[in-house]
Amino acid sequence: MSAPTAPTGSGHSSGSGTPTGAERPVIAAPRQPIWPQIRTYLGALFILVWGLAPFYWMVVTAFRDNVHTFSKNPFPSHLTMANFKQALDTSGGNDFLAAIGNSVLISVVTTLAAIIFGVFAAYALARVDFRGKFLVSGVVLAASMFPGVALVTPLFQLFTDIGWIGSYQAMIIPNVSFALPLTIYTLTSFFNDLPWELEEAARVDGATRGQAFMKIILPLAAPALFTTAILAFIMTWNEFMLSSQLSNQSTEPVTVAIARFAGNDPFTQPYAAIMAAGALVTIPLVIMVLIFQRRIVSGLTAGGLKS
Amino acid sequence: MTAQIPESSTGHASPPGDGRTSDSPPVLVKKKFDWRPVWMVGPPLVILAIVIGYPIVRAVYLSFVGDAGLNPETGRFEDGAFGTLAHYIYWLTQSCTNNSGISVPCAPGNIATDFWPAMRNTAMFTVVTVSIETVLGFWMAVVMGRNIWGRALLRAAVLVPWAIPTAVTAKLWAFIFSPEGIVNSVLGRDIAWTTDPFYSKVAVIIADVWKTTPFMALLILAGLQMIPGDVYEAARVDGASKWQQFVKITLPLVRPALMVAILFRTLDALRMYDLPVILISANSSSPTATISQLVVNQMRTGAFNSASALSTLVFLLIFAVAFVMVKWLGANVVEDRTGKKEEIR
Repeated sequence: MSAPTAPTGSGHSSGSGTPTGAERPVIAAPRQPIWPQIRTYLGALFILVWGLAPFYWMVVTAFRDNVHTFSKNPFPSHLTMANFKQALDTSGGNDFLAAIGNSVLISVVTTLAAIIFGVFAAYALARVDFRGKFLVSGVVLAASMFPGVALVTPLFQLFTDIGWIGSYQAMIIPNVSFALPLTIYTLTSFFNDLPWELEEAARVDGATRGQAFMKIILPLAAPALFTTAILAFIMTWNEFMLSSQLSNQSTEPVTVAIARFAGNDPFTQPYAAIMAAGALVTIPLVIMVLIFQRRIVSGLTAGGLKS
Repeated sequence: MTAQIPESSTGHASPPGDGRTSDSPPVLVKKKFDWRPVWMVGPPLVILAIVIGYPIVRAVYLSFVGDAGLNPETGRFEDGAFGTLAHYIYWLTQSCTNNSGISVPCAPGNIATDFWPAMRNTAMFTVVTVSIETVLGFWMAVVMGRNIWGRALLRAAVLVPWAIPTAVTAKLWAFIFSPEGIVNSVLGRDIAWTTDPFYSKVAVIIADVWKTTPFMALLILAGLQMIPGDVYEAARVDGASKWQQFVKITLPLVRPALMVAILFRTLDALRMYDLPVILISANSSSPTATISQLVVNQMRTGAFNSASALSTLVFLLIFAVAFVMVKWLGANVVEDRTGKKEEIR
C-alpha cells in the first residue's frame, strides 16, 4: 500500500496469481487458443453490464421526460431537467437539498471522529505490545459484526428520554460506533504494511515517539487514512435503519428522504423524480468510486467489513 | 495469512525493534506500567461500550421486565417487575394474555404471529443470497483476476452497486420491477413483482444479489491473488488437469479469504432490513418481512420491553451463527485481521 509499490502492486500480483489463467506464463500469450479468450471477455462484458446497467437505467430515466418514464428505449431520449427540478422541489413536503446537507454533515463528522479515534487505536494494535491486545481486537471485531437492529430499541428509548430524537448527535454517535470497527481494522491492516524501519531511524536520530509518528508515519499513512475515510464515509452515507428511526423531517439524511419520497399524487409513484433524486445521491459516490477504485479495493480487502 | 499460528497475533505484529525496545533501557530495569496503549485504545473502546455495550445490557434487562398493567390481585396499575419470560414466550409461542389474565393463542394479525414467517424469510434470504453470491462472486473473481484489457474499468464497474446506498438500490429496483417497468415489458409479462408473495421474494433476492455480489467477488479476488503462480506451474508440470488444479490448489488456498467473506455476508444478510422495507413493504405481515423489520415495528408501537426481547433473540441468533461459522467452519477472522498480512508475490 505504500507509495513505491503502488504502480506495480495490482498488475503484478494478479498476473502471477491468476488461478485459471495461470497455465499461460505472461510471455506466451500468442499461443493461447482463441476460445478461452473470447469466453473471458464475454464474462467481463457480463460483469460490466451487471455493475453498470441498473445504474445507467436510473440515470437515463432521471433525464427522460416523465411522460416517457416507462419507455423501453435503451438510449437517452427526451432529455429534460424537469425531474431534477421536481426532486428538489420543496412544495410537496420534501426538502431533498436539506437532506443532502444533513447527510453531508452526519457523514463528514462521523468519518472525522472515527478516523481520529481509530488511528490511535490502530497504531497501538499494529505497533505497541500490550496485554489484552487480542481481547481488544476481538471486541472491535465483535462490534463490527454487531446487528444494528439490536440497538435500535434501547437507543430510541434512551434518546427519547433525553430529548435527542431528531438531533444530529443521535445519528452521529451511533454511526461513529459503527464506523469505528471498520476504521480500526482497515487502518491496523494498512499500518502493518508500513515501513516501520523509518520510524526506528527517526527515533535513533533523537525524535520522540510522538514526533516520529507525526513527522514520519502520518505522512506515509496518509493514503491509508484517506482510503479508510472513503470507506467510513460511504458506509455512513448509506446507513438507513437507525436514521429512519432517530431522525425527524428536518434532520433526516438522504437515504430516509428518498425512501419516503412521495409526489403530489399519492397513488402513483413519481418514479422519474425518484430516479433523479437517486442519481443526485449516487453520482458523487460513483465518481468517487471511479477515481479511487484501486484504493477502495485495497481498503475493502484489507478491512473486509460490511457492505 | 497462510502461515499463522493461533497465538501469533500479539507477538507477530512486532517486527524487530518494536515498542518495548524504544522505551528507555529495557533490559534490566523492571518495566513501569505502560499507559500509552490505554489512552490509544481506550477512547474507541469507551465509545463502543457506551453506544453498543450499554444499550445491549439495557435491552437484555428490559426483555425480562413485564409490561405495566393492571394487577388483578391488588387491582392497581403497576409497573412491570423484573424476572419474567413473558416476552420471549410471546414471540416464540405466540401466546397473548386475554382480558382475564389467561394465556391464549394470539389472534391472527397480532405481530407475534409474524414471528416465524419472518424467521423463515430471514433464513431463506440468508441461505439463498449468500449461496448465489458465493458462486457468482467466485466466478466474477476468476474473470476479474485474468490479465485482460480494461481490468481497472471492470473493478470500478463492480464497485458501483456496492457504493449505491441500499435505499437508492431499493427504489431503483422498485422502478425496474414496477408493473409497467422494464422487466415486465422486456419479458412481455404482467408480474406483480412487489406484491405477489413469491415474486416479491425473488425481487428482494435479485436486488440483494446485484448489490452485494461484487463485494464478495473483490474479497475472493484478493484471496486468489495471494496464491503464488508457481504453484499452478508445478501442478501443471505434474500433469494436473484444470479441474484438479481448482479443487486441490485454488479452493484450499483461497478458503480462509472465502470463509471470511461468507461470514461477513451471512451476518449482513441476517440483519437485512432496508431492501425489503423500501422495495416491498414495511409491514410486519408483508411476504418479505424480516426479523429486523419486526423489531422496528414493535418498537414503533411503544412496546419497548417486548421489542427488546425480540432484538435480544436476533442478537442471540446472529451470535450463534457467527460462533458456529468461526468455530466449526474455520472462518478465522481475528488472526486474519490483526496478524501481519503475509503477502506472497
